[in-house]
Amino acid sequence: MIRVQNLVKRFGDFEAVKDISFQVERGEIFAFLGPNGAGKTTTIKMLTTLLKPTSGSVEIDGLNPASAQNEVRKRFGIVFQDPSLDTELTAYENMEIHAVLYHVPRALRIERTERLMKLFELWDRRNDPAKTFSGGMKRRLEIARSMLHTPRIIFLDEPTLGLDPQSRNQLWTHVKHLNETERVTVFLTTHYMEEAERVAQRIAIIDHGGIIALGSSAELKQQTGTETLEEAFLKLTGSAIRDESASSADALRQMAKMWSPKR
Amino acid sequence: MSVIYILWLREVKRYFRSRAQIVASLGQPVLYLIAFGFGMGPIFQKAGYGSYRQFMAPGIIGMSVLFMSIFSGISLLFDRQFGFLKETLVAPVPRLQIMLGRTLGSATSAMVQGSLVFAVCLIAGFRPVNFATVPIAFCFMAMIAIMFTALGTAIGSLLTDMQGFQLIMNFLVMPIFFLSGALYPLKNLPRAFAFVTGLDPLSYGVDGLRTVLTGSSAFGLTTDAVVIGCITVLFISVGTYFFSKIQL
Ligand SMILES: Nc1ncnc2c1ncn2[C@@H]1O[C@H](COP(=O)(O)OP(=O)(O)OP(=O)(O)O)[C@@H](O)[C@H]1O
Ligand SMILES: [Mg+2]
Repeated sequence: MIRVQNLVKRFGDFEAVKDISFQVERGEIFAFLGPNGAGKTTTIKMLTTLLKPTSGSVEIDGLNPASAQNEVRKRFGIVFQDPSLDTELTAYENMEIHAVLYHVPRALRIERTERLMKLFELWDRRNDPAKTFSGGMKRRLEIARSMLHTPRIIFLDEPTLGLDPQSRNQLWTHVKHLNETERVTVFLTTHYMEEAERVAQRIAIIDHGGIIALGSSAELKQQTGTETLEEAFLKLTGSAIRDESASSADALRQMAKMWSPKR
Repeated sequence: MSVIYILWLREVKRYFRSRAQIVASLGQPVLYLIAFGFGMGPIFQKAGYGSYRQFMAPGIIGMSVLFMSIFSGISLLFDRQFGFLKETLVAPVPRLQIMLGRTLGSATSAMVQGSLVFAVCLIAGFRPVNFATVPIAFCFMAMIAIMFTALGTAIGSLLTDMQGFQLIMNFLVMPIFFLSGALYPLKNLPRAFAFVTGLDPLSYGVDGLRTVLTGSSAFGLTTDAVVIGCITVLFISVGTYFFSKIQL
């Protein structure tokens, strides 16, 4: 379903993704684990048409995201690591825009919106502007939205960021359910090892832009001679903390907030 | 529902929900009307040009449409910063449709803003020579709005931070306003200066409004409409091109 070969992304002199190759089969749940700044989000952006690779090839369902952009876009749903809602609009309006952008027929749109909003416990607040939501509620709305158009592949970039244990559980239960009943392919990143262990069939450990290990949780533990995935992860990536100062985008967002009381 | 419609609706909803901002952005035109209307009025009258308030009202309407359109266009920058842009960029729709939806929505808001300023002008004592031609004035407002929203979107696609925004305001938007003949007649100007004002797209917009509302014209209505039409097509093409090149 996803085939990546010798993928490279450079920002100026800095190589964020260094020559990675991997495949994700149809109906598989695949996890990317890696320290901050490892290149997980950058890889997802290249898989989802948001960023052009410097070199290497990507195939999504046999299609090239660089040339068959809209065909590829139809096939996936995504929960971004960073916020992506229009917070001036209500939760329901955010869902509605998404459905129209993905050409979901009206009747289906109404039915699915209600079902997903109920599932993620947002239905009662559907007519409130998203800016009045707590962080976790916004996250749940983004998750519900990403599933609205029944995508065949779901990209989840740290979807559980800021979610309470109940919501996290709800999310993974639903993701597993979709995967089992509809054979939806899932590509996820997370910093919670137990989540990866619970849902992912295969895990890639990525560090400094390169994949350093790939296999099932059991395989990774065996490879490193460790008891838990967390230990395996630390053994593979070292225990040094990654010196990721706040990215320039974060700094900008701060600025924008200062300058514009409105949005 | 079509993609263009839903994106249009989003812009319009956002505009109408920001009441404080609507009121705030009426302040500037009111200030211009009062300060220049009373301050310059007597000299203008003595020079034999008639009532300055009559003269400047179309210019002030043009100004508010200009500011509002460019600002809405550039608000693409806010969408980028607050993340909603990603949501539209991964959607399986042609970039031209996204661009058109946004542009038409922002332009609609700018037109509503222009109409409010028109009403303010009427309250301040401005009188169109002929009420029958007022609808044509609204057509010109719409054209100015679409033209500059498209320009704003093009710029917004290129900008990645707020510093750039200030730069554009000072070195593009203000010159467009001051060189447009919104505040002074474009006749009998020094040649070089007249040439520059002729390059300013807003000159034709304001002239169109002024021709329809007060009967005095510098370029002629047909020229105004044709020039604006061509520049609008150009700006939309350029805007769509830059928009389609955005990477995050
Ligand atoms: N637009 C950009 N310009 C320059 N450098 C960038 C850009 N985007 C990402 N990077 C850099 O590329 C590297 C990988 O970033 P990426 O966001 O992919 O990390 P990540 O694995 O998702 O990390 P995290 O767990 O913190 O989300 C980082 O060092 C980051 O600073
Ligand atoms: Mg990331």
